[in-house]
Amino acid sequence: MSALQDSVTRAPAVAAVPKGNIALGYLTSTMVVILLFAVPLFAKNFVIFQMTIWLIYAIAILALNILTGGSGQFSLGQSAFYALGAYTSAILMEHFGVNYVLTLPVAGALCFAFGFLFGLPALRLSGIYLALATFALATAMPQILKLGVFEHWTGGVQGLVVTKPDAPFGLPISQDVWLYYFTLVISIVIYVFAVNLLKSRTGRAMMAIRDNEIAASAMGVNVSLYKTLAFGISAGTTGVAGGLGAIAVQFVAPDGYTIQLAIALFLGMVVGGVGWLPGSLVGSAFIVFVPNLAEEVSKGLSGAVFGAILIVVIFLVPHGSRQVAYKIQDIVRKIRK
Amino acid sequence: MSMVRKVASISAALLLCAATSTAALAQKKYGPGVSDTEIKIGNIMPYSGPASAYGVIGRTEAAYFKKINDAGGINGRKINFISYDDAYSPPKAVEQARKLVESDEVLFIFNPLGTPSNSAIHKYMNAKKVPQLFVATGATKWNDPKNFPWTMGWQPNYQSETQIYAKYLLKEKPDAKIGVLFQNDDYGKDYLKGLKDGLGAKASSMIVMEESYETSEPTIDNHIVKLKASGADVFVNITTPKFAAQAIKKAGEIGWTPTQFLNNVSASVGSVIKPAGYENAQNIISAAYVKDVTDPQWHDDAGMREFLAFMERDFPEGNKLDGSTVVGYGVAQTLVQVLKQCGDDLTRENVMKQAANLKSFRTEVLLPGITINTSPTDFAPISQLQLMRFKGEKWELFGDIISADVDG
Repeated sequence: MSALQDSVTRAPAVAAVPKGNIALGYLTSTMVVILLFAVPLFAKNFVIFQMTIWLIYAIAILALNILTGGSGQFSLGQSAFYALGAYTSAILMEHFGVNYVLTLPVAGALCFAFGFLFGLPALRLSGIYLALATFALATAMPQILKLGVFEHWTGGVQGLVVTKPDAPFGLPISQDVWLYYFTLVISIVIYVFAVNLLKSRTGRAMMAIRDNEIAASAMGVNVSLYKTLAFGISAGTTGVAGGLGAIAVQFVAPDGYTIQLAIALFLGMVVGGVGWLPGSLVGSAFIVFVPNLAEEVSKGLSGAVFGAILIVVIFLVPHGSRQVAYKIQDIVRKIRK
Repeated sequence: MSMVRKVASISAALLLCAATSTAALAQKKYGPGVSDTEIKIGNIMPYSGPASAYGVIGRTEAAYFKKINDAGGINGRKINFISYDDAYSPPKAVEQARKLVESDEVLFIFNPLGTPSNSAIHKYMNAKKVPQLFVATGATKWNDPKNFPWTMGWQPNYQSETQIYAKYLLKEKPDAKIGVLFQNDDYGKDYLKGLKDGLGAKASSMIVMEESYETSEPTIDNHIVKLKASGADVFVNITTPKFAAQAIKKAGEIGWTPTQFLNNVSASVGSVIKPAGYENAQNIISAAYVKDVTDPQWHDDAGMREFLAFMERDFPEGNKLDGSTVVGYGVAQTLVQVLKQCGDDLTRENVMKQAANLKSFRTEVLLPGITINTSPTDFAPISQLQLMRFKGEKWELFGDIISADVDG
């Protein structure tokens, strides 16, 4: 019965986030969306490209957040799902001439199936052991992509060049601006989906598992189903992000999807705040922009500078941007009173 | 002097003035990132990540441009060298390339490193018509002026090296039975293709075995045993340093003594030959294009002394024994030559035009007799190598400079 005692006495792996607090309020959300829609009117193409990448990583972090913040499972293997999605989109576009919009659902579905299946053996593992199993997936992926058997499709080490889509209907905007809006709309759809998912019956079941697996199963929650489902949804969403990433970067190669990416996504989630969905945007900004900032401080020591910034962030705000957001909320309330 | 003549001479002088000034105006043509005092150049290097050892190339270049700037720059313009880190990640390389082109507005991107990173920005640079000049990779595809007129390599490409081995074999050992060991990726396959092309029709009869290995394999001993069993009497060793050392050592251990060819990538005495054991490496043949700093025969060489003086004065923190510093120095000198040739016409078009118009240019770290030549149909600056044989504890150059031009 030690397992029972363990799980009863052990602190939950992830600090619980109350259900009502997983998203921003309506007013703030609307403001953020308006701001995001307005950016291309003022920014250069390069900045718009960077923001597209930022949104794409935010989707991938959101996906990890559903898994970790929602169902309490760890994954260091998100780069593998991201790569699978990217390659699916790239191969469909370049070898089969499929429209880029249609490749995304395929990438999502394929990754969902893959994630769901991977979730089955992963059921036997929890906490750091699950993290290690997914870690293995992330390290294996670049080598699998290089395999000679797939080379005809994947392009092997050389990778695949992807054609960037033009704006449709003859809209007078550049490819970058179009891709930004396209990504933004998909991000919003996925975000709304994720918020609703976590607020739904399924989400409640997942959170019950996160907080206490045995109590959840005693209440009649099908633990294995919801755990694998969380894995599948997370993988599927990451796959869509991967597909978008391939279209935006116009290139896929095994070296782009190493374990570094998985760790970056994990880091983004922690900095953004585990279980707080809007934090994905903040976390993504951290992994996209802070390395550039660190490089400006010192070229040779950019990694060390990045590490130092990370340590400072973790010490000052261990719950990431969620903590900062709550602080601001408190202050705003006090002022209003 | 009459009034008329005075007026005539003054007006003539004025005319002359006007003519020369318009001529000067016509000459001065600037692309993005260029002014009367500055030329902005971009660069992408893996300062962090798995290939960070190569980052020293970028630091050598920065030091060399600083030296040029301190001496007054090129035609009075200082080089503003903006070098970014891509951590050897293709998506990051795209981001940095776009930052350089669209945000920093550099004239061109110089010597970006790595086959994956350059592949990632290949299409973008050519669509934007921004030179991707002297890329730091040996893949053969960079020499493709027809389809990619904005991209040019610098170092000899992998295929030309094995073509030279093939030429040598056809002449010296036409009845050879060749066993090849190659790394299973673009680099290994490029080398293998060069060998086959070089052997031509005889390739299928001369090559008795092609063995490939994966970089994930801990040891390649079993491949060497197989190659010996195939009865090959020539061993072409297309491997990266760690595996090259293993292969040479294993061949020695099992008493296999074919004529061995070792690719230039692994010709380092310190990291390959020494660990493999000098006794196992005797008479191995390889090829080189730059002078080896550790080779005593260059101790009194003017070009080598100039390089060592640069390292001491301008880049004391760099390791002069690291082959990368020699390469970084050589490629930076080549760029300075291109910019000098451009004169005051510093547009992207003219940079490519002048880069494709290098005639018998030499940086003195190249082996004697090797020159840099390009033309609008030849985007492979260095395509000559010299064979060398390992004797005692060092390489001995032999034979003539051999050239092999390969199109991408």
